[in-house]
Amino acid sequence: MSMSSPIKGSLEMNFHEAERGLSPREALEESNRCLYCYDAPCIQACPTGIDIPSFIKKIASDNIKGSAKTIMTANPVGASCARVCPTEELCEGACVLNHSTKPIMIGNLQRYSTDWAIQNKQALFKAGKKNGKKVAIVGSGPAGLSAARELALLGYSVTIFEAEKNPGGLNTYGIVSFRLPQSISYWEVEQVKSLDVEIKTNTRVGVDVSANQLTADYDAVILAIGMSDVPKLGIEGEDLAEVYDAIEFVKATKTKALTDKFIGKKMAVIGAGNTAIDAATCSVRLGAEQVGIIYRRTQKEMTAYDFEYEFAKQEGVGFHWLTNPSRILSNDSGQVTGIECVKMVLSEAGEDGRRRPVPISGSEFVIPVDGVIRAIGQSRYVGLIEQFGIQHDDGVVILEGDSYKTSNEKVFACGDVIFGKGQGEAMVVSAAQQGKKTAYEIDLTLRGETVDIA
Amino acid sequence: MADLSIDLAGIKSPNPFWLASAPPTNSGYQVQRAFEAGWGGAVWKTLGDPILNVSSRFAAVGFNGQRVAGFNNIELITDRPLEVNLKEIYETKKRFPDHAIIASVMVEPRQEKWHEIIKRIEDVGVDGYELNFGCPHGMAERGMGAASGQVPELVEKQTYWAKEAATKPVIVKLTPNITDITVTAEAAVRGGADAISMINTINSLAGVDIHSWNTIPHVGGKGAHGGYCGPAVKPIALNMVAECARNPAINVPISGIGGISNWQDTVEFLLMGSTGVQICTAAMHHGFRIVEDLVDGLSNYLDEKGISSVMDIVGKSVPRYSDWGNLDLNYKVVARINNEVCINCNKCHIACEDTSHQCIDMLKGTSGSSFLRVREEDCVGCNLCSIVCPVDGAIDMIELTNELPPMTWNERQEFLGGIGNESVDFVK
Repeated sequence: MSMSSPIKGSLEMNFHEAERGLSPREALEESNRCLYCYDAPCIQACPTGIDIPSFIKKIASDNIKGSAKTIMTANPVGASCARVCPTEELCEGACVLNHSTKPIMIGNLQRYSTDWAIQNKQALFKAGKKNGKKVAIVGSGPAGLSAARELALLGYSVTIFEAEKNPGGLNTYGIVSFRLPQSISYWEVEQVKSLDVEIKTNTRVGVDVSANQLTADYDAVILAIGMSDVPKLGIEGEDLAEVYDAIEFVKATKTKALTDKFIGKKMAVIGAGNTAIDAATCSVRLGAEQVGIIYRRTQKEMTAYDFEYEFAKQEGVGFHWLTNPSRILSNDSGQVTGIECVKMVLSEAGEDGRRRPVPISGSEFVIPVDGVIRAIGQSRYVGLIEQFGIQHDDGVVILEGDSYKTSNEKVFACGDVIFGKGQGEAMVVSAAQQGKKTAYEIDLTLRGETVDIA
Repeated sequence: MADLSIDLAGIKSPNPFWLASAPPTNSGYQVQRAFEAGWGGAVWKTLGDPILNVSSRFAAVGFNGQRVAGFNNIELITDRPLEVNLKEIYETKKRFPDHAIIASVMVEPRQEKWHEIIKRIEDVGVDGYELNFGCPHGMAERGMGAASGQVPELVEKQTYWAKEAATKPVIVKLTPNITDITVTAEAAVRGGADAISMINTINSLAGVDIHSWNTIPHVGGKGAHGGYCGPAVKPIALNMVAECARNPAINVPISGIGGISNWQDTVEFLLMGSTGVQICTAAMHHGFRIVEDLVDGLSNYLDEKGISSVMDIVGKSVPRYSDWGNLDLNYKVVARINNEVCINCNKCHIACEDTSHQCIDMLKGTSGSSFLRVREEDCVGCNLCSIVCPVDGAIDMIELTNELPPMTWNERQEFLGGIGNESVDFVK
């Protein structure tokens, strides 16, 4: 037994879900506090349009199965969303009780019902009668899964192609376990699989199967491939071993035994989106002694959700605002020793509407660190998009008008792959809604009806 | 999915949820909205000679900050012309042929009045009638509603008169403002009722404004008693349903009414002998959309229990309801406190100490921590501690095995009578 065993044990504890769920009594009291508004603003604030008063009323009447079904009907990844949605900006932010007492804990109640369904092994849906049509979906993340669920309910034979070993995409690999355990994502995957949806994992479209083959073999193809790795910073020293890609960094904590090599270390995270927060809090829970987020703009411009930011602060993550890295420093043996930064100032707004940061010359300073994590956004799967021969704008698939149709009439796209630059962070819940809508659009198209949703 | 359809004395509806005769069923617009939302049936707001209503009609009683624990009203029967109601009933039935529409009726206790109104309603295609012998306010002052519903002979006669004219099933709606509802229920059966429904509202005054000294509600500074309904009346209604259900002389189906707010309340009424339920206050509080959870919750409940038809649970708890004299005197439960769950509010202790049997001790552990323990030998199994306990699972009522064979009061008296011929007085 090595000395590090007890610490490793506690590291694993650190990655258990941080927030406990509501007790039955808490859920009962909270659900009875809901006013059960008519034409409720919380429903409108939910991108997937969950009938929130209805699912809450069903908790109050102890019809928890019905409650879970109400949630999952509107949102095929509703159990994940109960944990990762920025509820204070969506449903809870819209709750009328903000103007009276305090808003209902909608996210926690949603988790209560879906947790019940998970624990009680409930199969909530049945596949529709097969209509003989086949749809291929590339990617099993929130958008792909949601599209698959809706198409399966409508009677389509659905095959999902997933490059990774396990399905679920972002929810399986990209969100820290202490916020979203993998088991939740896998349950959502199982719900979809139970509708006769085939998921071919370890199958990379463009490598193991060509784009042309999919468009030839299927009546429609959905591109729900999300985004790729974190781009390079373009600064000296970033090829050192202790410079990490945030996506890979978080993924490692969900796919491998937790490493103890960050215990007592100082880490810097570049960027201030939700992935940056995840990488930073992950570092803390891996035992890092000091973790700082470095961001070239201010708190006002950061794209991380407020609750993520609050969570990071509670975890002891520090923030260096208006700071841009210029160089990663190392010693003779190639170990990272620090990060040289320059102070920034915000000038006029750029193309994306956000104020552009410019460096203050001569303001360079060094933050001593043992490792650096890049979290400055994600690059695009341009190669694969081009294999499909569809139009895109720098890796963002271009759609026809208000639809999810690409320039190839057989190919549809949804989720992060259509998410344009400078729009903050794409939400899981939005991807789910896009997946649903893409499914309906395919259904209308393949049934030869005009797309005219009443 | 279980079959939720019911057949109540020949009246069929796709589910057991009917709107009770009340403000929600005042018009075709409302009843059609209700059917669209998923209600199985509706008892149209009572037809009769149009009346005048007052302004300021409803009042509710809250409880600890929750609204509408009880509801009180002084609204009378329909104030719309009979022809208008009949036209709308006809249109609604035509649009929703599979849904049950029952006409609630109230006229003066005269044979020709009953014949006349039933004949007029017959043509519009209602599925049945509900004779309103229950409305406790206003109409009762004119000898109708509860006033006639409190006189068994009038219940019997009027039922008979209605039956003389009706070709569709007749339900008699009973008033709870009576000492023993089985007496009027039996009278309805003797008059030929195809079914009975209960309860109508209970005489009530919702409150008095302690600042203005006006009644709640008041009409220009003056009040009159109203009819009480809503969740608070459920136990009263449930008992009345059960008393009728277990009475062999009352051998007609029962439509259960009184404080039913959700699918669980519905299951209770069905188990106690209701073939279906009627709901009003919960709909008035939240709208017709509540029927979605009523249907979904009931359906999930039946599926989970492996029951294929809702009719299969009707009356299943009735054999378990009896007279006190048939309860086993040797059955024993005691309270047991789970100290790991207990949060030490000591409410059980003070409830027992002050108002029950002084058997919960407040003790200190060796580490000085407080804990509570029941002296089981002194516990009478009254349940009070578990009732006041705010934490689920902190107090269990445990059934003790008893060496003595079961014996009821009635068996005991019979036995004593057999051996000694002692006369035993008892106060009920």
